[in-house]
Amino acid sequence: MHETDMTRALILTVKDWWDAQTEPPRIERIHLTVGKFTCVEPVSLQFSFEVQRQGTFLAETELVIEEIPLVAFCHPCQQSYEPEIGLHYACPQCQSPMEDIRSGRELKIDRLEYCTDSTPSQAYAPNI
Amino acid sequence: MHQTFDAALGINLLHANQRGADHNRAHFDQWGITCFNLMSSPGAGKTALLEKTLAALSQDLKIAVIEGDMTTELDAERLRQYGVPVMAINTGRACHLDAKMVAGGLHQLAQEYVPAEFDLVLVENVGNLVCPAEFEVGEHAKVALLSLTEGEDKPLKYPIMFQEADCLLITKLDLAPYLDIDLARIEANVRQINPDVTLIPVSTKTGEGLDCWFSWVRSQVASQTTLRLEARPLEAKPDALIASPH
Ligand SMILES: Nc1nc2c(ncn2[C@@H]2O[C@H](COP(=O)(O)OP(=O)(O)OP(=O)(O)O)[C@@H](O)[C@H]2O)c(=O)[nH]1
Ligand SMILES: [Zn+2]
Ligand SMILES: [Zn+2]
Ligand SMILES: [Zn+2]
Repeated sequence: MHETDMTRALILTVKDWWDAQTEPPRIERIHLTVGKFTCVEPVSLQFSFEVQRQGTFLAETELVIEEIPLVAFCHPCQQSYEPEIGLHYACPQCQSPMEDIRSGRELKIDRLEYCTDSTPSQAYAPNI
Repeated sequence: MHQTFDAALGINLLHANQRGADHNRAHFDQWGITCFNLMSSPGAGKTALLEKTLAALSQDLKIAVIEGDMTTELDAERLRQYGVPVMAINTGRACHLDAKMVAGGLHQLAQEYVPAEFDLVLVENVGNLVCPAEFEVGEHAKVALLSLTEGEDKPLKYPIMFQEADCLLITKLDLAPYLDIDLARIEANVRQINPDVTLIPVSTKTGEGLDCWFSWVRSQVASQTTLRLEARPLEAKPDALIASPH
């Protein structure tokens, strides 16, 4: 259920950017980075996106998701480790709590690929 | 010819919601209101806790409630008996409150009451341990509830909620004798992900632990007020800033 809401949040945020452009561009690809220590399941997000983009300015847009592992840094041990999500988060060596998360909390729209040639033949004459 | 451009955005997926949350928080701050976001799985005891809280604190503090519920007004009706404004927000199919929904509640508060007279807004989120933790609504503190009947492993399985919480109430303490559950284990699991969280075991049935919760609430309201007074230049009167949130 929550991927529906995450998708809605994503679309609203991209819409903000889209509205701010002088000429509404055609967005071809949205590149997301999604950490493993978030509430988002990429497969469900993809599915929700395919459903929700229909009939919107993103109707032909592809969603590309890059997943980022959860990495924490233990200060007493001075080393990074990958907590086992759902099982164990404290440092496997010294059992210090997971305090310093170095990656895995990302929910980021990294970049957009877009074109401005809504009428391609006219905008870019084949003169090269 | 077809030319593709690249726009490096680097913005959060929840940016639009975050903006709304910041907007709500600005209103809370202008009005001098402290806001808590109460979150838990369905039935952990949010409404029961609100009932006790309103009964105990609504003499000293002026409180309003924003009540998120998927379809009914049942919880809102329970709370209206305590004589405080309760803004019910039906989320429809959504599984959490977002900033925009809470803005709707604030709008209602601003229309029907004088918001600057309030000290505390308690937001009861929709029962769900997953996404409410990622959608800020403009709160100053997140309060999570975990009932004893849910099991020791919930902080491990739903870590974001427990990591984001400023205060965690372990509820239904009176049921401990009937359950095979170890409070120390729950605490150890929580501390793995959130070592600094304020942890308060309570029972709304026997009243155990509630005083501790009430003092936490009072101290949060007091420290938020101090922060606001420090942040705001003296000449800016709160009244001048009152506008309905949109
Ligand atoms: N024994 C016991 N029961 C409790 C306690 N707190 C709440 N309950 C019961 O648990 C049930 C659910 O409580 P609610 O307060 O409605 O829970 P909620 O979190 O508001 O539920 P939703 O709004 O549906 O998510 C009710 O039957 C309460 O009477 C407690 O401290 N002890
Ligand atoms: Zn360590
Ligand atoms: Zn409730
Ligand atoms: Zn949700």
